[in-house]
Amino acid sequence: MNLERKVALLGAVAAGALTLAACGTDDNSGSVDVDASASAATCDGKANLSSAGSSAQKNAMDQFVSTYIAVCNQKGANVNVAYNPTGSGDGRTQFAAKQIDFAGSDSAITGEQAAQAAERCAGNPAWNLPLVFGPVALAYNIDGVDDLVLDAETTAKIFNGSITKWNDPAIAALNEGIELPDAGITPIVRSDSSGTTDNFQQYLETASNGAWTSGAGSDFTGGVGEGAKGSAGVAQAVAGSPNSITYVEKSFADQNGLSVARIDNGSGPVELTEETAGKAIEGAEFVPASEGDLTLDLSSIFGSSEEGAYPLVLATYEIVCSAGYDADTAAAVKSFLISAATEGQDGLAEQGYVPLPETFKTRLTESIDAITAE
Amino acid sequence: MSDAPVTSVPLSTDEPTRSGTGGPTGSTEDTIGTPPSPERTRKTVVRPGDRIFGSLATGSAVLISVIIGAIAVFLVWRAVPALERNQVNFLTSREWITQDVADMAFGVLDLFQVTVLVSLFALALAMPVALGIAIFLTMYCPDRVRKPLAYVIDLLAAVPSIVYGLWGMLVLAPFLRPVAEWLNTNLGWFPLFATGSGSIMGGGTIFTAGIVLAVMILPTIAAVSREVFVQTPVSHVEAALALGATRWEVVRTAVIPFGKSGYISGSMLGLGRALGETMALYLILRTTSQPFSWSLFDGGATIASKIALGYAEFNNDIQAGAYIAAGLVLFVLTFVVNAAARMIVAGKKD
Repeated sequence: MNLERKVALLGAVAAGALTLAACGTDDNSGSVDVDASASAATCDGKANLSSAGSSAQKNAMDQFVSTYIAVCNQKGANVNVAYNPTGSGDGRTQFAAKQIDFAGSDSAITGEQAAQAAERCAGNPAWNLPLVFGPVALAYNIDGVDDLVLDAETTAKIFNGSITKWNDPAIAALNEGIELPDAGITPIVRSDSSGTTDNFQQYLETASNGAWTSGAGSDFTGGVGEGAKGSAGVAQAVAGSPNSITYVEKSFADQNGLSVARIDNGSGPVELTEETAGKAIEGAEFVPASEGDLTLDLSSIFGSSEEGAYPLVLATYEIVCSAGYDADTAAAVKSFLISAATEGQDGLAEQGYVPLPETFKTRLTESIDAITAE
Repeated sequence: MSDAPVTSVPLSTDEPTRSGTGGPTGSTEDTIGTPPSPERTRKTVVRPGDRIFGSLATGSAVLISVIIGAIAVFLVWRAVPALERNQVNFLTSREWITQDVADMAFGVLDLFQVTVLVSLFALALAMPVALGIAIFLTMYCPDRVRKPLAYVIDLLAAVPSIVYGLWGMLVLAPFLRPVAEWLNTNLGWFPLFATGSGSIMGGGTIFTAGIVLAVMILPTIAAVSREVFVQTPVSHVEAALALGATRWEVVRTAVIPFGKSGYISGSMLGLGRALGETMALYLILRTTSQPFSWSLFDGGATIASKIALGYAEFNNDIQAGAYIAAGLVLFVLTFVVNAAARMIVAGKKD
């Protein structure tokens, strides 16, 4: 191969690379239409916050960040928040190791880790602030069935193998008038450790009247089914396998065109919508702990039998120091969280999340305001 | 491969004063191939360059040994606290319960078996194809296309494994479905094709994963084999031709015997890559709660993909230690495979 040809080849490769690079625009700042004058965000403090954790709140976080950047741009401040969706456990570990300013997590920081986090916060407790709520859908793929009702007990039995056929009497009793196939159920679960699995199993433990006995945790414990990787993976797996069912964040079920089961919480079947999930959150109670910490008592959501409340909701927290930040960091964290809790909530439903109910917002902003530097 | 020193000895003794690159005495060059003679070694001049290069080379060798040693120490150090809490036999159990550090039960058996089966399956698919590629490139290929083709094959090694994973999951798995179904219905009596724990419809089985893995290790084996086959002494080839051998007979009698050890060590390199491959299998393989049954249509996780699946939610060092213990098993397995490859290659040389 002579030099000329080599150069020509190099040119062709370079041109190809440029063309590909041009497709990869990933600009998530600017172009957000918000009114900064209504915002309570101060945009003070250090310009670059770093955070990591839950991948379930990634899309919400992306929106919070782009809104925050837009608001602060209008106020003349140049800010950024880098959120790395590496997983809740990793987020909590990094937070405790002081590598990031705050963590996103699908479960509250407790026990030994909370002690480590307190050390990181110069002896002050770390707070769990529930900021992002994502409804989890029971998405299924049965030919000819697009309206299915399940309750926690049958769901638990499906996911631990006590119910193996779609036309099982227990399912039929909840779905009168619907012809269910005489086919085996393929439960699809998350193969990776995830907060979604943890919340789903806690829901089953709380609401299934004792049908779920294998405990909770971020690994699936039911002992049946096939595990696929990530929310996208399970949704795809259900779309590709007839007679399968999975638990997955609503947005992924919608993207893959999957049918979503209605959940009977004891007062009739409830469809999964922004309103029904919001209603369950409104009824949420908190674990009585220190002032300011907003760790949720999840059984108040999962066990809700209020009419029209959809109980299977994934609550994710931001974990912050109640005090012990340096002044710059404290100001920036507060400013960002305030922005996320107020104007950041607009349009969150389109991303598959539930916007915070008003009463909840008040509670949350009180806690955020109480964060102090020291 | 190893005939260089044999010819260089007479050359240097014939011309003891030959100075190659203009050194004033020329004695340093000559000591290399010469049998040790006391007067010569005493006179050896050592220049700063020798010392610097010598210590750099030694340093590199020491550094890599230290790094490997440090990895081993790290793995053991982190794994021991978890293993101490383990309530089942780590090597023979199939469970994997690490959430509660007070009540841990984890064993590596399933992971180990899946890792071995998927890697061997990939190797079995890749080895013959790689041999064909290497022989084609050295013996049959017209000169004009040889280089571009070799480039393209090397390029396969440059594709990121996540791309292979996505391709395997989204494109190859649905494409392979009829093949897998046919194998399962017609050859299901054979244990490898028996109905396993993975769903053939879903495609997240060892079968799909092994085929993707085979494509991934193909360039490694083909490139190493080609490099070795190219070095077949022309005299061997010409001798075979002189005896009236056809081209295939030349390949069989001259090229393959000469390059066998290179081919095998290339394959072992490929196997090493297959054992440690993470991302592609992480995406393709569907996990299962059923025990592994040595079927290609089983699901499961390999040691490396299990670590990746768990990584995001490690809560503490002890839980991480359970995964690191599995990593230690993979480390030992890879070590054994490489040692075996070395022994095979060393044995073949004589």
